[in-house]
Amino acid sequence: MSSPTSTPVGSKPSSDGLASPPSQRRRGQDSSNGDLPAMPTSPATDIASPAVHDTSLFSSPRRSVLPSEVDMSSPLIGVRGTPVRQRPDLGSARKAPQVDLHTELPSADGAVASEQAAGQKLVIWGTDVNVGTCKEKFQRFLQRFIDPTSNEDENAGLDLNEPLYMQKLEEISVIGEPVLNVNCSHVQSFDADLYRQLISYPQEVIPTFDMAVNELFFERFPDSILEHQIQVRPYNALKTRNMRSLNPEDIDQMITISGMVIRTSQLIPEMQEAFFQCQVCAFSTRVEVDRGRIAEPAVCRNCNTTHSLALIHNRSAFSDKQMIKVQESPDDMPAGQTPHTTIVYAHNDLVDKVQPGDRINITGIYRAVPMRENPRQSTVKSVYKTHIDVIHFRKTDEKRLHGLDEDSDQKLFTEERVQTLKELAAKPDVYERLSSALAPSIYEQEDIKKGILLQLFGGTRKDFSQTGRGNFRAEVNILLCGDPGTSKSQLLQYVFNLVPRGQYTSGKGSSAVGLTAYVMKDPETKQLVLQTGALVLSDNGICCIDEFDKMSDSTRSVLHEVMEQQTLSIAKAGIICQLNARTSVLAAANPVESQWNPKKTTIENIQLPHTLLSRFDLIFLMLDPQDEAYDRRLAHHLVALYYQSEEQIEEEFLDMAVLKDYIAYARTYINPRLNEEASQALIEAYVDMRKIGSGRGMVSAYPRQLESLIRLAEAHAKVRFSDKVETVDVEEAKRLHREALKQSATDPRTGFVDISILTTGMSATARKRKEEVAQALKKMIQSRGKIPAMKYQQLFDDLRGQSEAAITKDMFEEALRALADEDYLTVTGKTVRLL
Amino acid sequence: MRMWFICRFCCPAAQSNSNPEWEAKVLEYFKGQLKEKESHSWVPSLNDVPLHYLKPNSLVKFRCLVQDMFDPEFYMGVYETVDPSTKANVLRCGKYKDVTECGVDLNSRNTVTAERQTFYCVPIPGESPWAKEISFLSAARVVPSTSYVPSRQKRSYEEDDDDMDTQPQKQREPHTGTHQAEPHGNGDSKRQETEAPSSQTTTPSDCSSHLDLNFPLPGERGPACLVKVYEGLDSFKLNDTLEIYGILSVNPVLTVLGEEKDPSLLLLNPTESMETPEEQRAHDPPASLVPRLHMLYARPLQHNNPLLPSAPTEDQSAFVSSFLVEMASVRAELLAYLTHVLLGDGLAAEYLLLHLISDVYTRRDVLPLGKFTLNLSGCPLNSYTERLYQIVQQLVPCSYRLSMSLHTMNSMRLVPKKDYVANRLVSGALQLARNTSLFLDETQLEQGQLDSSGVRNITALGNLISWQKVDYDFSYHQMEFPCNINVLVTSEGRSLLPSDCQVPLQPQVTPPNMEEYLTTIHMAQFTSQINKFRVYLSLARTLDYSISDEVTKAVEDDFVDMRKDDPQSVTAEDLHRMLVVARLLSLSLGQTTLSRDGWMRAKHIDMLRRSRTEQQKSLNGNEP
Repeated sequence: MSSPTSTPVGSKPSSDGLASPPSQRRRGQDSSNGDLPAMPTSPATDIASPAVHDTSLFSSPRRSVLPSEVDMSSPLIGVRGTPVRQRPDLGSARKAPQVDLHTELPSADGAVASEQAAGQKLVIWGTDVNVGTCKEKFQRFLQRFIDPTSNEDENAGLDLNEPLYMQKLEEISVIGEPVLNVNCSHVQSFDADLYRQLISYPQEVIPTFDMAVNELFFERFPDSILEHQIQVRPYNALKTRNMRSLNPEDIDQMITISGMVIRTSQLIPEMQEAFFQCQVCAFSTRVEVDRGRIAEPAVCRNCNTTHSLALIHNRSAFSDKQMIKVQESPDDMPAGQTPHTTIVYAHNDLVDKVQPGDRINITGIYRAVPMRENPRQSTVKSVYKTHIDVIHFRKTDEKRLHGLDEDSDQKLFTEERVQTLKELAAKPDVYERLSSALAPSIYEQEDIKKGILLQLFGGTRKDFSQTGRGNFRAEVNILLCGDPGTSKSQLLQYVFNLVPRGQYTSGKGSSAVGLTAYVMKDPETKQLVLQTGALVLSDNGICCIDEFDKMSDSTRSVLHEVMEQQTLSIAKAGIICQLNARTSVLAAANPVESQWNPKKTTIENIQLPHTLLSRFDLIFLMLDPQDEAYDRRLAHHLVALYYQSEEQIEEEFLDMAVLKDYIAYARTYINPRLNEEASQALIEAYVDMRKIGSGRGMVSAYPRQLESLIRLAEAHAKVRFSDKVETVDVEEAKRLHREALKQSATDPRTGFVDISILTTGMSATARKRKEEVAQALKKMIQSRGKIPAMKYQQLFDDLRGQSEAAITKDMFEEALRALADEDYLTVTGKTVRLL
Repeated sequence: MRMWFICRFCCPAAQSNSNPEWEAKVLEYFKGQLKEKESHSWVPSLNDVPLHYLKPNSLVKFRCLVQDMFDPEFYMGVYETVDPSTKANVLRCGKYKDVTECGVDLNSRNTVTAERQTFYCVPIPGESPWAKEISFLSAARVVPSTSYVPSRQKRSYEEDDDDMDTQPQKQREPHTGTHQAEPHGNGDSKRQETEAPSSQTTTPSDCSSHLDLNFPLPGERGPACLVKVYEGLDSFKLNDTLEIYGILSVNPVLTVLGEEKDPSLLLLNPTESMETPEEQRAHDPPASLVPRLHMLYARPLQHNNPLLPSAPTEDQSAFVSSFLVEMASVRAELLAYLTHVLLGDGLAAEYLLLHLISDVYTRRDVLPLGKFTLNLSGCPLNSYTERLYQIVQQLVPCSYRLSMSLHTMNSMRLVPKKDYVANRLVSGALQLARNTSLFLDETQLEQGQLDSSGVRNITALGNLISWQKVDYDFSYHQMEFPCNINVLVTSEGRSLLPSDCQVPLQPQVTPPNMEEYLTTIHMAQFTSQINKFRVYLSLARTLDYSISDEVTKAVEDDFVDMRKDDPQSVTAEDLHRMLVVARLLSLSLGQTTLSRDGWMRAKHIDMLRRSRTEQQKSLNGNEP
């Protein structure tokens, strides 16, 4: 035996001294395992002649140890004739155990050494994996593992109190898709040691798992016919890292990273097995590709002719391979640095599973390959090329389209962090604290900040789709309007920076397409792809729209659907779909006349359709209050802003990071429900609101307002980390709602709060006035007797002369329209005809 | 004391034992040496010395901006090889090197894999010619003529030939034209030399046509460099300006490796084909054009003004305190100078001065504090703005004039964009170093239609001015990079871009020949005087500043009073601006605290400015 095994064994004593724990293995050990798929000419071929290498490579070590435990491939082939499919994702996995078994254990490896003392155990060379034990453990895991608290969508429809993976095997037997996805955290909770082995030696352990699962499967379902044998695909290795933290220690280990696909290559056929035929006697032989190389047989074994064998391409076996470039997702990156990219190889059926733009979690084996040595060059670049061989893909944004709640987004909080957050939540003034921590550079505007705070938390998501009502909106929408220069934009910028999935657009620059989605032809694949716009991108986040008033009407119209139904329907270029856009909208609008006119209503000031306005839960006016005390505080605040040192600021306000975590925690873990008292309080509040108006003969509240109240109350309960919505929450919701109404829905003519300003775009008094003018006009026309037609201008002048109140042209036209609606007259150009 | 030779000793000595401590020791040593007074000026700089005069594997420095950060790479920190003479296995160190020595045993278990990252660095964009020149001259002054000048000559005439014999593959510099310039005869030829490398990297079409060196600004010259970073990867950020000390590597093997491709290998090993040609070109450009620099030590630069001591040492504080005495008088002179330049408009000159020393000193959540974008409106047409820029350029170490013509706005790339094919960040004109003066010339803007890229560019400029950030385009998402750029907008009417403060220019003189007038003013200044201005502007920016409680109170009272008189005219925004003006005004006088006087002055000039804007408004009537 002169193959790789002998060389390492020969140098054993020295290397044992160097051998470090698996996690810190050095490069040299790994490469001598012969695991790397694309290793340049290995020393084995240099030392041994190719022919010897070829024939003796697999046989001799196998004989030296117990065959039943060693041979990993034979039981696989044996099972019911189901063909084995190679796993290029594991590299030359099938070979590793065959070559690398030996009875000696590295003495430095403490954990295994004790095992050795207990009895004769065999491990795969270079690892502490005993095939038999490992297989047994995994079978036990499959048979026994139960996760009653599982809420993964993949497990939907499974009985949580039965062994999870046995059910999955059953599923495989029914569906016939021979892939078993195994959650590594399950393995870890079941057997930490097995998990460690899986992470450290995936190349050896996963084939063992494959073997175990197939034995189990065919024992249980002997009659199943599968395309090929079941392959185990572990995912969610808890050693999840972001791309940035990958380092040389992770080489050849199993890792899970997240990122975004930026490029995919064409399919690359990769030769797995070369087919050679002798030109003389037509004797054929197959040679497996070993580490990217084919050892061409020099001598035909049949006729002993040298160099007579030729490669027959179309009888060689190829497997699919695809190169995918993945970029670090923006959330993982430290500020001020550029995102890293990693090359990923997908094999066989994982090819073409992902598209550029997808956000994915990748589980795979991290590889490093030295630069190819150039025979004509005496020196080589001392750099390795790294890539990941994918075992498992998981799209993180896929679920967003399916409408299930995202758990991939769940930020993991450390114990201490949760503790600090809870301590903070227990403080009685947490609401005030948080709201003052929000955009500290913006002065006061307490209620607005509170409103935005509640928006950040959002209500509880309720699903009534079974009763046909569909989803209730849980997101709070807020509109800020007011004088220019009242730091509205700054507030928006702050919110945009605070929430993980925020989008910031300006009404001026965005089109309906940019907000929703557009269909684009991919320049490379020529496929039509759907590019999502700001509203879809901010699903589960906040979409900040500045200069809302400057948005074109067509753009604004798409907001109608988004702001109530929380979906976006798209019918473009043959793509018809409905996307989720469960986004809160925080919009800012400037008054039309550049300065807020206190004599006009909100609608008149910002000229937005009332249909849209009524979809905002809270509408705030940001006005300059103009009183001395306020000015003084403002001045103090600003001066402090400029000249306070960093530390002082920190003392005074909550850290932005804490606030972020607090919101993220509350959003994921707290789902408050109304308790009895709170519901009563809400009912009362609503009835009260209706009553106010009924006294003056108008409707002052609509169910939409009630829904708003509920959302706000829920959000406030979330701020307190409370699972119950209580009366305090309702009180605050009421107060805030009232404050906002007081600002935005006060009828400037009467001074009363009039909700119809927002719901119909006109205050009740204005409507009454309109009615009166129309009646006066009608009376005037009637008094003239039978004239079939009259001049428009003249009629207007007459009416103006007759009426004691000033009548504007708008009012006149409205009156005409009202009469036309009554079919009393028609207006054609400059003449008015009676009917 | 020639450090670039030392490192040649260090490495082989350290290679024999794989003890990691030597690395720390080497770094210590170099840092220690560089701390010594003046010692850093002994190191030749890539900025000043043409590449082919520098010895490979010697210590050099490079003053640069981090333009792009490539992915981390793993390399053989220690590898085993067979010594050709003794036939014994020896361990070699791969750190600070690009290539290994022959016959690497890839399966050796002594191989240690380590990680490093590559930064793509370019010379500081928009560095003013005077700054380049001074730094070049000072370097030449310090280096004794016996040190590297002769060796350079020797190298260019003799050693090169030797190299050719021993290493046939060593690429000879293809541009023999530069050799003709007599190296180091007198001051004049030095001048020529500084330009030599630039013409060399930009003009020869055979090399550069396919190689875009990715400078942020058009027309930039100088060496770009791939810097290999070993330590403290997290401490570097994109767009940092650094002075990097490192080992120069121009091994021609690098180029050959990149170009050579054996198509037969590709079938079986697609690893090689993974990189697109574009990517290869961007990441492995020929070493003769883009040298590699293995970083030993990097110093973040607060400024790139060569007239000021760069490191915050005792030196500097002594320098500062000595200059503070002069501060007020220099300010007066500078103000007079600027007044002349601005056609006798003292107020505009005052504001321009404040603008030139402004700096984003901190950020409160999203709000950058201290920025002071100035809009000089009412600028005379006909190349006045161009001349004005030239004068500003003479004063600040870094500047760029963006002529906002319709064509440039529509066609120019302002925002850097990630090119996923070549896997690099394609630079744009807004990728600038901190405190660069960006001169936006809106007088060049004519009527016409902006296309979508033009709108994007204008939006980017607006964002830059309002938030001091640039959203880099990563095609699937945008990434925000904060910046610190002084933006000066010159326009006829009020600028279409936002600004912190608008000053309508009111010329007091109308010279018949503008060119002549400005040239005369400029010529009238002695270089020593100009140098004083340069020091002044850079220094005023670095001063600390505080405000006492007492003055805080006074400011608050004042604000309340002002509001009382006329709440409409004084808003929070005005207070923001006045606070910045007060800060800059104090600093411009060398005062590090705000005094009552200072506040009153700030209020006063702001009042003057406002009345002028009002006047302008009523004059034009239709001003928005």
